[in-house]
Amino acid sequence: MNPTPLKDRAAIVGIGQTEFAKHLEPSEKALACRAIAMALDDAGIAAREVDAFAAYTMEATDEVEVAKAVGAGDVTFFSRVGFGGGGSCATIGHLAMAIATGQAEVGVAWRSRKRGSGPRPWTDTVNQLPTPAQWTRPFGLLRPVDEIAVLARRHMYEYGLTREHLGNVAIACRNRANANPAAIMHERKLTMEDYLSARMISDPLCLFDNCLETDGALAVVMVSAERARDCKQQPVYVHAFGQGLPAQHHGMVNYWNDDPLAGPSWTAAKQLWKYSDFRPEDVDVAQIYDAFTPLIPLSLEGYGFCGKGEGGAFTEDGALELGGRLPINTSGGGLSEAYVHGFNLINEGVRQLRGTSSNQVAGASTCLVTAGEAVPTSAVLLRRD
Amino acid sequence: MLRPFVDDDGAPYFEYAAKGELRMQTCARCGEVLFPPRPMCPHCQSTEFEWKRMSGRGHIWSFAVPRPPLLPDYAAVAPYPVVVVELEEDRRLRLVGNLVAGADAEINSVDPATIEIGQPVRVVFRELEGLAVAAWTPDE
Repeated sequence: MNPTPLKDRAAIVGIGQTEFAKHLEPSEKALACRAIAMALDDAGIAAREVDAFAAYTMEATDEVEVAKAVGAGDVTFFSRVGFGGGGSCATIGHLAMAIATGQAEVGVAWRSRKRGSGPRPWTDTVNQLPTPAQWTRPFGLLRPVDEIAVLARRHMYEYGLTREHLGNVAIACRNRANANPAAIMHERKLTMEDYLSARMISDPLCLFDNCLETDGALAVVMVSAERARDCKQQPVYVHAFGQGLPAQHHGMVNYWNDDPLAGPSWTAAKQLWKYSDFRPEDVDVAQIYDAFTPLIPLSLEGYGFCGKGEGGAFTEDGALELGGRLPINTSGGGLSEAYVHGFNLINEGVRQLRGTSSNQVAGASTCLVTAGEAVPTSAVLLRRD
Repeated sequence: MLRPFVDDDGAPYFEYAAKGELRMQTCARCGEVLFPPRPMCPHCQSTEFEWKRMSGRGHIWSFAVPRPPLLPDYAAVAPYPVVVVELEEDRRLRLVGNLVAGADAEINSVDPATIEIGQPVRVVFRELEGLAVAAWTPDE
């Protein structure tokens, strides 16, 4: 049987998001419902038409609660994707597959998280200790930033990644946030001097290598390409989709295979580009998951924007800035807009292709959006007509 | 400090560590050495294992130096280095552990500024919340 690629068969036609803040009063459930209602309004589609949901396994608001509050109809597809921020783009991919295969007609994906005012997951010493964490955490690699710091230092040793390269990432995101009124860091400038003099969190990573801690919720609405042509908004097609859990991968502590610096993005990329009409050099703008700055060079390598080990050098000469070789995280990303497990990167990808970003890349017609590298991951290539 | 969680697959590791031996799960059929321990050999699907003794020598593959915010017991001794050590026997066997001046020393007893990737280390055993665990010390 010949497979029928997902290519352009489903489209995002609505996006919604609450405000972002360190602390928001409403519950995660209330925020989720508001974001979904805004996305449906943006699409011009009634809630009773919603028959599919996709979310992260870490999402605390469940389908039953959300569906009955927003007023969804009979739901025939609901899917959850694991591995924290690695699941962001997979929610989009799963909805697209459901719509392309007729399992549903109107899909909603969402993320609602009070990570700003709620607890840091790594402080939960009961749920954070089971396998394989017993081999790393008791010795003091307590937090995701510690696990990534180990990979970053190895990249520095093997390939010459520098703190300035990571600073280029942090500053590019901050510059975009400075032009985005919705961004937490809208008013706060960041210079290389600020970056290099910041306090260390897990040497070699400093404060500005870490994403924000944010309360907020976002959602998208998806329909078939045929229906999308009659919707209020310009359709943003899911051109290609990939997930990646490489052979002998070990999560963020991927220290136990031949090449720990070739992470899940390499596997997701292979699947993503397999049925794509575009190559990395055709991508106009990218939203790359940025819980920590080293994930950008690692992802640039994985998705094929440069060779293995060249991710640090790629960031030089303003490559990630507007007008550069590959503008990234044009809303400010997780580092400077909001950290909502990467869902804000999806909404920003849609805005870029509608031409409505506060950091618009002129004429952008393709946008890569990625989920968290270093955990089982996912990515979508979005395009417009 | 956090006590390592002992699951069925990893229990022998800690039993040998209590005797001062660094042993790794090894497939009884194909001989592949596995880490972390798991219920099946990914090469031949055998569920029979031996525990092969390692030399206890290796090299630092990478390291991080965490600073607060941390859990209180760790914040109290921060900054402290955490090293990933490649065992001499197989470069894919990389153990995460503390680098200490000696078996009885604190986890902040080695100055992080003196640590280099590639540096030789050897295993020592220390107690962590009542459980014997492998740690590493500079091997000159």
